[in-house]
Amino acid sequence: MTESILTVAGLNANIEGQQVVEDVSFEMLPVGVTALLGRNGVGKTSTLRAIMGLIERSGEVTIAGERVDREPTHRIVQRGVGYVPEDREVFASLTVNENLRLAERDSAPNRQLIEELFPDLIARAGQLAGTLSGGQQQMVSLARALVNDNRVLLVDEPTKGLAPLIVMDVAKALERAAQTVPVLLVEQNLQVVRMLAEKAIVLEGGRVVYDGSAEELLGNEALTKELLGVA
Amino acid sequence: MSTIILLLITGLGLGALYFLVASGLSLIYGLMGVLNFAHGSFLTLGAFAGWELSRRMGGESWGTLIASMLLGMVVGAAVAAATEFLLIRRLYNRHIEQVLVTVGLALATVALFEGIWGTDPIYVTAPPWLSQTTEILGARVPNDRFLMIGAAVLVLLGIVAFLRYTRFGLIIRAGVENRSMVTALGIDVRKAFTVVFAIGGAAAGLGGVLASHYFGYVSPQLGGSLLIFAFIVTVIGGLGSLAGAAIASVVVAVLQQFANYFWGGTGDLMVVLLLAVVLLVRPTGILGKKA
Repeated sequence: MTESILTVAGLNANIEGQQVVEDVSFEMLPVGVTALLGRNGVGKTSTLRAIMGLIERSGEVTIAGERVDREPTHRIVQRGVGYVPEDREVFASLTVNENLRLAERDSAPNRQLIEELFPDLIARAGQLAGTLSGGQQQMVSLARALVNDNRVLLVDEPTKGLAPLIVMDVAKALERAAQTVPVLLVEQNLQVVRMLAEKAIVLEGGRVVYDGSAEELLGNEALTKELLGVA
Repeated sequence: MSTIILLLITGLGLGALYFLVASGLSLIYGLMGVLNFAHGSFLTLGAFAGWELSRRMGGESWGTLIASMLLGMVVGAAVAAATEFLLIRRLYNRHIEQVLVTVGLALATVALFEGIWGTDPIYVTAPPWLSQTTEILGARVPNDRFLMIGAAVLVLLGIVAFLRYTRFGLIIRAGVENRSMVTALGIDVRKAFTVVFAIGGAAAGLGGVLASHYFGYVSPQLGGSLLIFAFIVTVIGGLGSLAGAAIASVVVAVLQQFANYFWGGTGDLMVVLLLAVVLLVRPTGILGKKA
């Protein structure tokens, strides 16, 4: 097996003095989708935000063998990390095209991939992102991460609050993206996890309690119920 | 009728000055969350720089006036950028420290200006046309008001074009909305902070030169006196909104002029009452966004 693209060791994170991630360690698969799972409030989003340097953190974060945990967020991203935040966080007062232009770091951005995956966005290039539906905003958020050639994608609950039909569109887009870049996916929808993830990491109380095959976890109803509260 | 026209145009002239100060305040707060109490110092320094140039070159020529306006902008931009780089950059998200530093800087610079140029007002000279009047619908309007209005419109259009058509402008617009997401796209937003401070400083420096012609003098307190109304304009317009600052500048200044004339010099009182009403009815200001 090749070296992990993203390694986290002893990661701790705080929000306003309260510890939200405690001594979390894991490695991402170098290809495909690694799912970061857990019940609500266990620290999944905080773990992604800590990796990105968006909240106060300590511990080691390594990308392609290089420590990045002392670097500011923009430098981490410039190393080839694409981030799709929870709740999309599109710039509502900018157009779809401006949201994409803002995200472009490469001299030759992957506009063709965006056109293939999200043709609806191209048709709405001049529309203000704040006037799009939730599903369309999620497409913008994903497109911003996919427009560059990244080494890893961190994707936080991309199907949250979306209609079932849109959920499948998002899942297919992620499946396509995962063919070229490894994805660390936080996701509550276990159907999507089953469809995409090979590896699963489960957090509880800010700590890792499971690190192994996604198929084995989700194939074991009792374990899934115990760790995730749902089957 | 002529009185109404006169009050309207002089109000627009005063509003233009308020806008030149408030535009920078509003952009700086919108992007960085910094309430910059030292902003008036950029204005005062711009005014003194313009006056220094004017007295060396002979203040009655248009070339000197234009050169002094440009110098005021350059000095304002340079000092504002240096302030951001040396003092404010270390204090982002530390609001109490920001207030203490910018208030301290404002007090220190006024003392410094008094040490250099003295405490008395220094009267400025200008091209003769500026001290003449033009008749509009029976009102004899001082010509310098047209200069203020024209300069403010150009600054407004310039800033709008910058925000709309440049990558820095795109970053600033996005940063006003969601700063951390801008960094999460791999953009060093601190460069945008410096640029915004420089733009605000340039507008304030230009405002300083124009204010010295509006009032006829330059003094170390010039910036401080305009800053109070610029803050009121910024809050009424909506913190972070350039268009809001433009609208509020006109509303505040015209109200001030009319109240001073018709209601016995109560202009300042009316402005404060307007601020109170806006805060009660629409706390985010005319075009401010909800938190």
